[in-house]
Amino acid sequence: MDVIILQLLNGLDKGGAYALIALGLTLIFGTLGVVNFAHGALFMLGAFCAVTFNKLLSLEIVTTDPTKTTAWGTPLEIRTPYIEAYLGDFGNWVLNYSVPVSILLAIPVMLLFGFIMERGLIKHFYNRAHADQILVTFGLAIVLQEIIKSIFGANPIPQTAPDAVRGAADIGAALGMDPGVIVYPYWRMVYLAFAGAIIAAVFAFLQFTTFGMVVRAGMADRHTVGLLGINIERRFTIVFAIAAVVAGLAGVMYTPILPPDYHMGMDFLVLSFVVVVVGGMGSLPGAVAAGFLLGILQSFASMNEIKAILPGIDQIIIYLVAVVILLVRPRGLLGRKGVMEN
Amino acid sequence: MSTRTSPARDYIFFAIFSVAVLTMPIWLEPIGAGYPDLLQKFAIFGLFATGFNILFGLTGYLSFGHAAFLGVGSYTAVWTFKLLGMNPIPAVIMAIIASGIFALAIGYVSLRRSGIYFSILTLAFAQMSYNLAYSVLTPITNGETGLRVLRSDPRLFDGNGGQEGPLIANLFGVEMTGWGGFYFCAIILLIGFFIAQRIFRSPFGIMLRAVKTNQNRMTYTGLNPRPYTLAAFVISGMYAGLAGALMCITDPLAGAERMQWTASGEVVLMTILGGAGTLLGPIFGAALIKYFENIFSAFNEQTLHEIFSFLPDFIEGPVISVAGLFVGEGWHLTLGVLFMLIVIFLPGGLMEGVSRIGKLFKRSSGKSEPNRATAPAE
Repeated sequence: MDVIILQLLNGLDKGGAYALIALGLTLIFGTLGVVNFAHGALFMLGAFCAVTFNKLLSLEIVTTDPTKTTAWGTPLEIRTPYIEAYLGDFGNWVLNYSVPVSILLAIPVMLLFGFIMERGLIKHFYNRAHADQILVTFGLAIVLQEIIKSIFGANPIPQTAPDAVRGAADIGAALGMDPGVIVYPYWRMVYLAFAGAIIAAVFAFLQFTTFGMVVRAGMADRHTVGLLGINIERRFTIVFAIAAVVAGLAGVMYTPILPPDYHMGMDFLVLSFVVVVVGGMGSLPGAVAAGFLLGILQSFASMNEIKAILPGIDQIIIYLVAVVILLVRPRGLLGRKGVMEN
Repeated sequence: MSTRTSPARDYIFFAIFSVAVLTMPIWLEPIGAGYPDLLQKFAIFGLFATGFNILFGLTGYLSFGHAAFLGVGSYTAVWTFKLLGMNPIPAVIMAIIASGIFALAIGYVSLRRSGIYFSILTLAFAQMSYNLAYSVLTPITNGETGLRVLRSDPRLFDGNGGQEGPLIANLFGVEMTGWGGFYFCAIILLIGFFIAQRIFRSPFGIMLRAVKTNQNRMTYTGLNPRPYTLAAFVISGMYAGLAGALMCITDPLAGAERMQWTASGEVVLMTILGGAGTLLGPIFGAALIKYFENIFSAFNEQTLHEIFSFLPDFIEGPVISVAGLFVGEGWHLTLGVLFMLIVIFLPGGLMEGVSRIGKLFKRSSGKSEPNRATAPAE
């Protein structure tokens, strides 16, 4: 029982990341009809927004303290980050909370990037074959990935969670089980809550605002909405930018869990596509459900007990599920009939 | 392009192509590509792309998992070396059989879907094979270290531990490195090219084009496209396996990294760079990419400095630092940019560019053919 709860929890945070990326992919696919192979790169860009923000904050002033000396007899160097020197305690607080605060940087950056990418590139691919869309976004993903690599290097750059949520919670004890059995890091809970909030926000936005209503109408029948005199293309551009922001924020908040490196986007992208396919192409609830489902399945498959029976299953479970789903129920778990079944 | 072909033309074309391939060491010498290691790569990747083109160029099915067949071919070839001896012929045959069976299994499942689903399914299978090769299948693939031939291997036909010197493949005494290796690969490339040419011209090839043009109409005509696409998939998988075997014949080491999806992406790029659906395009694209990879990744700060030394100092600095992004370690960036440019501006690849230029000249000489301009590029 406790093992099951532990694996369930472990799967949830990864599932959260899958769900957020898959949500963006589905939004883009449902509105623009474009298959975006660069979406993983957007996730990675978000993560590197957090890295950049942290690096900027950590720029240091080096002063020497003549009254003290080091073991080598030279004057002691004191390194203080600029932000701490100028803003005092508040600066310190910002530095501590650099990962969540960098959301403030990531939102405008990703919005702008999404906007430019849609207007500059994707727009010209609405009416081209899916193969062309896949290829051009694949090329873009390589370009982004290599640029990040040349700036930040090839090694993962660890980011730390704020002090307040750095530890782990003993959930087992709280549920009345033996202490120390189910230990879950606070940050993962934060991530889970964050993912839930973002997903809820996107759904609320689409469901309860006029803008969202137009977008949903456009997803159902783009042509008719256009005939009603609504500039549907502009709305879709904004949707693309929103999807980019969602992927970016997923990346920002994921940095304390997985140190970002330049190829993390591609690793997540392949899995997110599988998630979209399993959930049903064009179905937003499907994408979210399948994201969590596959995250949890993956975490169960990496249990030692299961690996002992089926070695290597943890590596391939997601792909296996996708293959089975595509063959048994081609439109995915929650896919609507007739939407991209071919 | 297929409108003006006749058997005689094809044979002449093939003869010219053979002469061109076999004399590559001579006419590529001036541009610094006339050495065996690079030419072997031209031939091997040319073969890989030719095979990929049979699937993508003719049927339009975009597979993102072809590197898996390359890997299967490589592992099979090394295992054949280990068990049967260092003769490349059995290795080639076994690799073709193994990758064919593998492609049959994957193709049977993947081809139930088309379009983007097909791409994702093949990608999923390739990633699955790659992950398995790294983890559970380590006894067969030797994981990260890579599989190589050892002295203690049985090698039924050329004995165990009898010979001295490095373990390299040899075809009845001809060692498969250097020029020997190149000519072996080149001859296999020619055979592969000939088969591809026959497929392009055959009724079977026409069927494959019908799949690409309009699958629905084909079904309504009473034809089942599945056997044709499956056959194309298996054939192109065999080509990939053969290319993988050749890699191991020229250098008997098989690693899982050549099964990664980036390798699949590379062959897609080679094909579209040259021109999908054309015979010569993919080989041309493969050679171009391997050539530039070779040149660009050898560049460093120093060579850039020499190239741009004619610029004044204050311009030279920034130019070098920008250009430095694209060469050496950053070669993949160039690849990505190239990828995008080709897809955006020249979806038909270089062969389309060539025919466009050709048409331009024709028009200027007064023999314009307005109808052909609107025909879809193959």
